[in-house]
Amino acid sequence: MGCIENLAYEKILPLGASFKECREYVEKNFQEFWYVDPGYKLFDEYIIGLPPIALGIDDARVIFPYTKPCHGTYLLAVEDADEAARVRKTARKKK
Amino acid sequence: MTPSSPVPAKALIVLGCPEVPSQQALALFIAWNLRLQGTSVHAAGNPAVLNLLKVSDPEKRYLPEMQVLEKCIEEIVEKKRDADLCIVFAHNDAGISYAATMRHLLPASRLVVIIFGKEPEALAALVDFPCETIVEKAVHNPMQLKRKINGVFGWAA
Repeated sequence: MGCIENLAYEKILPLGASFKECREYVEKNFQEFWYVDPGYKLFDEYIIGLPPIALGIDDARVIFPYTKPCHGTYLLAVEDADEAARVRKTARKKK
Repeated sequence: MTPSSPVPAKALIVLGCPEVPSQQALALFIAWNLRLQGTSVHAAGNPAVLNLLKVSDPEKRYLPEMQVLEKCIEEIVEKKRDADLCIVFAHNDAGISYAATMRHLLPASRLVVIIFGKEPEALAALVDFPCETIVEKAVHNPMQLKRKINGVFGWAA
């Protein structure tokens, strides 16, 4: 288990976004997006949320939702070519 | 449990952010009832809510086993932990996300989502996965929600 605060992330949507808003934002704003289920491991964290969870890919950036119990979900982007390649291999295209 | 439901061997209580105080009181109440019937109870939440419960239960009479939520999810994903009954407290969108996650990770478990806080009906509308819900406006006063919980689990008032 990692810690999200150890990653150099960019906030795409601020804390307090809903999981639905995050999914719709990824689908509308990124040409490449993939779907995973809750429990998918990304950056050593288990992603939670209402399935299907949308992950965006923008070159080497991975865009993903992250939920904190007090604040809700926010959408983060982290640059990591290896993790982007792993998402392409292990996630699915269909909801 | 309802009269027809078997007593679960293992229950998991998933707690949300502790900003709504009725949650902690009800978590201890539920744990006490479950343990009375012989169910092993485990609770998961963020460090703040776990500390509140540890202070209220210094001898661990009600909640002997607690861990941070991320670690709990990790153990469930890695098949090191499961539960026959999962109870999720949800008073915000994040709580519903955690409940949906538990539905996916524990597909065979009975899932009961307790939806409370100031606007529980709006939150309840977000639930589109199989589970039982207990919905009640409750912030400081847990009594009405407690009555509904008693009804769902078949516990004496």
